[in-house]
Amino acid sequence: MTVNKTLGRPESLCDVPTLYCGGCGHGVAHRLTAEAIDHFGLRGSAVGIAPAGCSVLLYKYFDIDTIESAHGRALAVGTGMKRANPDLFVLTYQGDGDLASIGMCETIHTANRGESITAVFINNAVYGMTGGQMAPTTLPGQRTTTTPAGRDIAREGAPIKMAEMMAGFDGVAYSERVALYDPRQIRRARKAVFKAFEAQITNSGLGFVEILAPCVTNLKMTPDKAQQWVIDELCATFPLGVYKDRLPTENQATTPAAATQTATAECGSVTHAD
Amino acid sequence: MTVDTQSVSVITGNRAAAEAARLARVDVVAAYPITPQSPVVETLSKYIETGVLDAEFITVESEHSAMGVCIGAATSGSRVFTASSANGLAYMCEQLSWAAGSRLPIVMGCANRAMSAPWSVLNDQQDAMSQRDQGWIQLYCRNNQEILDTFLQGFRIAEQVKLPVMVCYDGFILSHTVMPVDIPEQEQVDAYLPPYSVHTILDPEEPRNVNPVTLANPRLNGDGVLCHGYMEFRYLMEQAHKEALDMIVVADEEFEACFGRRWGGLLWSYQLEDAEVVLLAAGSLAGEATISADMLRSEGIRAGVLGLRAYRPFPAAAVADALKEAGLVVVFDKSLSYGYDGPIRRDVQAALFEHRVMPEVHGYIAGLGGRDIKARELVDAARDSITWAEQGKGPKPTDWINLQL
Repeated sequence: MTVNKTLGRPESLCDVPTLYCGGCGHGVAHRLTAEAIDHFGLRGSAVGIAPAGCSVLLYKYFDIDTIESAHGRALAVGTGMKRANPDLFVLTYQGDGDLASIGMCETIHTANRGESITAVFINNAVYGMTGGQMAPTTLPGQRTTTTPAGRDIAREGAPIKMAEMMAGFDGVAYSERVALYDPRQIRRARKAVFKAFEAQITNSGLGFVEILAPCVTNLKMTPDKAQQWVIDELCATFPLGVYKDRLPTENQATTPAAATQTATAECGSVTHAD
Repeated sequence: MTVDTQSVSVITGNRAAAEAARLARVDVVAAYPITPQSPVVETLSKYIETGVLDAEFITVESEHSAMGVCIGAATSGSRVFTASSANGLAYMCEQLSWAAGSRLPIVMGCANRAMSAPWSVLNDQQDAMSQRDQGWIQLYCRNNQEILDTFLQGFRIAEQVKLPVMVCYDGFILSHTVMPVDIPEQEQVDAYLPPYSVHTILDPEEPRNVNPVTLANPRLNGDGVLCHGYMEFRYLMEQAHKEALDMIVVADEEFEACFGRRWGGLLWSYQLEDAEVVLLAAGSLAGEATISADMLRSEGIRAGVLGLRAYRPFPAAAVADALKEAGLVVVFDKSLSYGYDGPIRRDVQAALFEHRVMPEVHGYIAGLGGRDIKARELVDAARDSITWAEQGKGPKPTDWINLQL
């Protein structure tokens, strides 16, 4: 019997150990994104735009051109890059502090303009790199360094649900929320990333994927407990599922993402916006 | 000066800033996290959550909004505090101008950090220097005790002259290193710093618009009252800065009366009386220069230090007076006005020229983006300058210390 190697390191992922904390979601999310770059043959045309946050260092891990932008401005920088160079594949990779907090204005206006960009959004419900302060996505009651007694909705507002919100913009072609807590979810996340890539490739509008991931360091949990927290807590507030899919039908048949068109979630309620 | 050792804690510069805000009984804190400032507002959020400080803490989504919240709260009568660094401060830029133009006595901390691009989280003073002309008072600190004390003085100054105050301290070098700091008792601080007496009056019986659109020339309002034009407002803001030159000294003298220590008011000196060579800088680098002065004196060179505490308003007359006996002034800048020179060096030179004090002035750029700078390197720079001056070579081009191209 011959055993063929079916999985290896994606070519667009550098062969280096990551500096991310053990149990952090960035490693897997990076890999899924790199697989999509490889799958669609985008290594020569992809430009990655890094946020302020832990993944500011993504240029160490992706073997593509990358650019740093000011905190929250990735989608504005991406807009300029894509409009001036429509042949580029423009990819932003942002956390909740970057995309949903300080950069919210850029995020919603880029979505509203329907820019042909792919945005990978990592939601870990906390500001990771600066030391665990409250994010807009922090859960009610969650203790952070700026809400030591827990987030109080009456005072700090409720968690912002980006995937649902992005789906509401006509300019967004695809919006899905996924998680990484088991192999099945990772496969689903991979398909979602591919779909968000397709949105740009087919020039349909903004492709958006929200990935729920734990920040083990600021949660002060072991990786296994942190994954359970994602299932029990994070998914309860942020239901997984496809919130928008208006990708052209003919493309659905030609990509590995086709099977996910009617993805159903395993936890929380599911919304099918389209 | 006597210090009750019971009240001394070993704390970081960020903690000193937070303790000062607590002791000042601030009503509102609004901030967005940024390295190296974040521990200031984390500490304050803990104090507010646990009831140590009776204040509102608002977790805003950006620095631009943080200063917006501060403006709203200060306008309606609250004593407010925030802190930022580098890109966060730059993102506040528009609101900084609003705060100063509205004459609001907001006090903020700036844990000085290098500006992007390229990204750096490490120290220099480019962030605060880039906001120099927004109308804020800027005070620079050399150690953690001075940070705590300067924040308290900052509220006294701000509320007297009705200008916002930025207390600047070097990121990591001071923000994250621990030093013994005497934390005063609340009663002492209450005696020094009375409750904020609001000067912008919002009165439902007499509704008014704060900050209306202002035209170029003074004109009558609907009630027939002649109102200032834009230039008049700006002139009055400049007059407030002139008033602040006195108030910064007064606040320091009053502080000494209450707490038994003072920091020099506008500037401070070390071994300056007979100094032929004066090393001049702001912040922790000026503190470092005192070691360099000692090293130069051990070699027989009469060296001293002039530390700049107030950068805006700029104490031009005091600087000229302090340097009138100096033969050579060596200025170290941790920032750059690109296309010209270190901002402190050029301001010092202009002040000296205006007052007809004519020592030779040399400039050095040092410590950008966290590049380490040692007392020995300041000594080497001073020696280079002494040699240059002795050889009568004329104007000396600005040098970059420890540049490795």
